[in-house]
Amino acid sequence: MQKLGDFRLPHFFNYPPYFTLQPVRETREKQVQLWKELILVYCRSQKIFSVGLEEDFPLFSNPAIERCLSHESKVVFLSALVSEGRAEWMDKSHKKCLVLWLSIQDWADYIINFVKENGLEDGVMTVEDIRSGIETRGTELAGIDRGVLMRALKLLEQKGKAAIFKGSSTDDEGVKFSA
Amino acid sequence: MAAGAWLAPAALTASGRPVLLAGEVERLFLSSVDLEAEENPTLAPLRSGLLALTSHRLLWINEASRSAYSVPLDTVIHAFPPKKSIKNMFASPRVRIQVSASQEGKVGGGRGATSLVITIVLRGGKNDPESFYGRLWEVLKSRSWEVEELKEKENLQMQGLGAGEGPSRVRTAVVGVSGILRKEQEMWESTDKSLQEAFHDLNALMSKAKEMVALAEKMRQKLLSGSAAQANDEELGSKQEMQDWLLSVGIVSPVTKESAGALYHQQLCRQLADFVKLPLEKAGGMIALIDVYCLFNRARGTELISPEDLLQACAIWEKYEVPVMLRKFDSGVMVIQNKAQSDEEIFTKIADLSQKPDSLKMGISPSDAALTLGIAPALAKEHLLNAEGKGLLCRDVSPDGFRFYVNLFKEFDPNDIYLVKDEGLYKAWESTAATVVTS
Repeated sequence: MQKLGDFRLPHFFNYPPYFTLQPVRETREKQVQLWKELILVYCRSQKIFSVGLEEDFPLFSNPAIERCLSHESKVVFLSALVSEGRAEWMDKSHKKCLVLWLSIQDWADYIINFVKENGLEDGVMTVEDIRSGIETRGTELAGIDRGVLMRALKLLEQKGKAAIFKGSSTDDEGVKFSA
Repeated sequence: MAAGAWLAPAALTASGRPVLLAGEVERLFLSSVDLEAEENPTLAPLRSGLLALTSHRLLWINEASRSAYSVPLDTVIHAFPPKKSIKNMFASPRVRIQVSASQEGKVGGGRGATSLVITIVLRGGKNDPESFYGRLWEVLKSRSWEVEELKEKENLQMQGLGAGEGPSRVRTAVVGVSGILRKEQEMWESTDKSLQEAFHDLNALMSKAKEMVALAEKMRQKLLSGSAAQANDEELGSKQEMQDWLLSVGIVSPVTKESAGALYHQQLCRQLADFVKLPLEKAGGMIALIDVYCLFNRARGTELISPEDLLQACAIWEKYEVPVMLRKFDSGVMVIQNKAQSDEEIFTKIADLSQKPDSLKMGISPSDAALTLGIAPALAKEHLLNAEGKGLLCRDVSPDGFRFYVNLFKEFDPNDIYLVKDEGLYKAWESTAATVVTS
């Protein structure tokens, strides 16, 4: 079984047509579906939040069979994720893509669960604590993209479950949970 | 059909073209023509058919029922010119011919005791009676049907003492490979004659000397250029063989614009349908239009047609009941295909090929498929693309080229990307492909 770092690749990763955009509708639909799934699984396992079309993304090439995705096919697969709400273009020129292997709503729910499980209700955490603190180590929250985290927290704030406030130092913000 | 019982039936090809006799050449086609026996109303007239004037016969063809009747030209005693009068200006133009008939009034059954006047009514608005009459008269005068008989006799003579002083010959139209052969033969006969004359007396030889030198040179050249072809001249038998062989590739009476006029494309279309039958069989039911163009023109010999004419002729196949069809692939490649030919058969072959271990590993290229299917790579590629469209194959474009793999996408499970079912193509592929990756 082929590996990409510590990520286990599926067998079809060595199937050359997997890397050529298929013109026949039915075949292409299946191909797009498989790519979407693989991108999400891979990003989740490697905690990757952004995929750049012009940067080297290990998943988009397979040196073992000497195949790589064309720019067009990358756009097709990522656009498919975007249209499903599992990803967002980060710029107008569609060069960078934010991959949401959990949706903002899912992240918000995850944070609340985390807060409850750790008895942090009515507690205060800084944003940086959530991303790299001891409390979140080993959870999905460790290493979360700052933008994604802020959006999840704002969603919680709207629901009255959290309050974001400026900390004493300007470069960090605090969150008070009120679950 | 009882209506034509007074005329001898004629044979038609599968596409509705007349089957021609040896040496027979088509001269003119006219549509919407009636044949009537005005003096004898008991004979039912033939209505609205296609009239073909050949060097040997007048043929009346009913295209709907695919039946035909013929009037041999050697039975024609006289052809009356079309009448010009005020009255006739409004009626359909008529040309009358007097033919000999048997006692019962049947035409074409040999020299008959009585005669019969057949009225040819030209109902098609564009048909010009004067030109038809002119052409008919020309054909009658040339008496081509006698030439064939004559030649046979001469051939017999030639075996013994060379060509005799046969009566001055009437030429039939020089068209097709047979036309070239005929011309060639006439040339040789005249050469033979000059040889005989030359040896007849020395004076004549002197006068002919110049000619002889030129002739000798020409013969030498011919021997050098094609010794095989020349050797055949030694024995008449093998010469005959070669002629047969040439005739088998040639079309004796190619449809020309001159003979068919407005019906040109229609007749060409039918002739083409008859012609492609054999090459199609050899090519396995499908043949590229370009190849047909080359084969067809080679068979026609001198009367070449343009690609445009060929395309038009193929395009009107749809209208007639012919066993072949023109097919255009999505890529624009055009082929001629047997109607009976089905894609299924080819798909099965392609599916088999794509599941062989080598193909699983490396995919198949159009040339691989061409070898297996026994067809041209360009056509093989079309078949592969078709199979791809059906979901049998999928493509792989890489710096190595354009290849096709058996379609495994159906086997992959997006809900469990690591799943490989124990049986099926995915497993088979996985076990062969794994050896490539690890090696």
